[in-house]
Amino acid sequence: MTSPATASPANDDSFGDFDLMIEAGQSEKRYWHDLWRYRELLFILAWRDVAVRYKQTVAGAAWAILQPLINMIIMTVIFGKVAGLPSLGSAPYAIMVFAAMLPWQFFSNAVSNAGQSVVNNAGMISKVYFPRAIIPTSSVLVSLVDFLVSLVILAGLMAWYDFLPTWRLLALPLFTLIAILAATGAGLFITALTVRYRDFRFIVPFVVQFGMYVSPVAYSSEVIREKFGAGWFALYCLNPLVGIIDGFRWAILGGDAGAFQLGTWLSLAVSIALFAGGVAFFRKTERMFADII
Amino acid sequence: MSDDTVIKVEGLSKLYMLGQTLQPYGTLRHAIQNAATAPLRWLKAARKHKAGPDSAEFWALKDVSFTVNRGDVVGILGRNGAGKSTLLKILSRITEPTTGRVGVKGRVASLLEVGTGFHPELTGRENIYLNGAILGMTRAEIRRKFDEIVAFAGIEKFLDTPVKRYSSGMYVRLAFAVAAHLEPEILIVDEVLAVGDSEFQKKCIGKMKEVTANGRTVLFVSHNLPAVAALCRKGILLKEGRLILTDTAENTIARYKKEGMSDEDTGVAMAMTARSGTGTHRLEYVKPTAAEFPARTPLIFRARIRQFRDDAKFHYSLHFRNEADDEIFAINSEYLDGGGIAPGDRDVEVVIDSPWLPPGDYRVEAFLHSAGIIDHWPDACRFHVGSDVATLGYSLASAKNAGKVLASFRLNSQARAET
Repeated sequence: MTSPATASPANDDSFGDFDLMIEAGQSEKRYWHDLWRYRELLFILAWRDVAVRYKQTVAGAAWAILQPLINMIIMTVIFGKVAGLPSLGSAPYAIMVFAAMLPWQFFSNAVSNAGQSVVNNAGMISKVYFPRAIIPTSSVLVSLVDFLVSLVILAGLMAWYDFLPTWRLLALPLFTLIAILAATGAGLFITALTVRYRDFRFIVPFVVQFGMYVSPVAYSSEVIREKFGAGWFALYCLNPLVGIIDGFRWAILGGDAGAFQLGTWLSLAVSIALFAGGVAFFRKTERMFADII
Repeated sequence: MSDDTVIKVEGLSKLYMLGQTLQPYGTLRHAIQNAATAPLRWLKAARKHKAGPDSAEFWALKDVSFTVNRGDVVGILGRNGAGKSTLLKILSRITEPTTGRVGVKGRVASLLEVGTGFHPELTGRENIYLNGAILGMTRAEIRRKFDEIVAFAGIEKFLDTPVKRYSSGMYVRLAFAVAAHLEPEILIVDEVLAVGDSEFQKKCIGKMKEVTANGRTVLFVSHNLPAVAALCRKGILLKEGRLILTDTAENTIARYKKEGMSDEDTGVAMAMTARSGTGTHRLEYVKPTAAEFPARTPLIFRARIRQFRDDAKFHYSLHFRNEADDEIFAINSEYLDGGGIAPGDRDVEVVIDSPWLPPGDYRVEAFLHSAGIIDHWPDACRFHVGSDVATLGYSLASAKNAGKVLASFRLNSQARAET
């Protein structure tokens, strides 16, 4: 549609001293500068989504705690007791599941919410300028807030089981960072695709549901390695959640869970690629948002 | 080039693909289909220039150039569809131009809508911060002007009430108050005065005057010619995407009137500001697909609806009156299950298969309404039904004065056997 105008340096002189140039394919130059200038908007939008969520609910912010807690209980009962999946080493199954659910829920919420975010804020997109990436990023931020709340529950759960963490806990921020990279990257991809093709509104929930089974949430990744061998395991590790979840377990549970091995490095690489690709793809599409939304 | 030039527009054009406007977003199936049939289209490349309905191009702006100096207050005039809004959207960086470029000096704030991003669940206080941030103000800036904003809106008592409980007047006042306290070097304003009652409009115009008196540069789109005359010193006239005049405001208004581009007096182009209703949404235009419909053919009307602030679903109705000003019939989205129109900027098409109208001139009265009236346009458009009949075997010559509508009927006659 919009073919980037070829730059004609000969003409540039007459426009020399303007602060801002608007032309086809020109939004690039000031991109990061604008993103920085609008950083407050990022936080205000995230705050709005959090503030609005529990309005007119009776339980209010208690839902933030109840939701993950109930999820964890269901999983522990179904997978641990009914299906009899084994835990890792000495850690209680509930903690093993919860340690994985933290990053998984963060990732899946971030990606699903980001995907809907731009379409849900269509009115803003077509009436005001701001860097479009602010909207999906604020969704990731909201999911991060939920993640932090869940972290508190985890602490409570560990106290309940008298389970003491080791110094490895210090590595948690690192794995969280990888999760943020992966979630933001995937979120930006899905957002841009959803604006263009609304089909992704329906596709994403399926993929997320499926994603939980191909990530070691209810089971340990060791199971895959033992059953399918190292070759398949490497392929399995291309799912960035594998390395992230293993990392979380390693940091929280201690014991035999593996980290800083193949899985971690592959996840890190895939997450960085996902992030870079997501940003690039989003930037390429975002300038058409107002026209196609 | 003078140092005082703060906006320089050069050869600006914006192309829309009509297929895209009709179907605003693609579906995956389309993309896959496109990709799959790409080789086929390669072979048919020769036929590419025969533009089908899917590939119709529409230049919303075509080769527009002008400059604006510091402190200028410029009114942008032109009929609906002349490209005013597109121009403002490009200057506000909401959409990119297809070709051409613009240089801007200084901080720009644009106000294409009041209350963008207002959230009904949040309180007045919270919305001031939210809306301010969306418009590009920093938190510190908003905090500094907070009291002034609240005073201007006159909502002190309701600061901590969710805005969904506000009356529509309060809502608009608050929304405008936030926007009015932006302090950009360049302000771009689109038809926002179309909302609110006349007293509030006066207040807004007063505020705008204050802004312009401070030597700020303002670009102002409005159909409200007296407001343009009162505020602006310069004018730009657009017609079908092209710039046809830049001059003083008076001369531009005079030309706009002379060109018959403003049919204000007939009421057909009645300014949004002059119409009654709450104004949460306004009709930008209602037009028949043809000035004259052949008799016994469907009547098709396209309308464009502009959203001025968030609201719930609403209904759209058209009332058809003949030369004697009798209301012949009306259509209303309310008559349809699920016919309510979702809030937002929308294009609406109505196809009326029956009844058939006798030849003559007709006037259409349009409403947007929900619980109350949102927009009332007594003379939204006019059209003519011709006497040439689109179907064979039907003569209208004698039907003209026999009732207000024509019936679709069949007639069978057969010889009766004598008994």
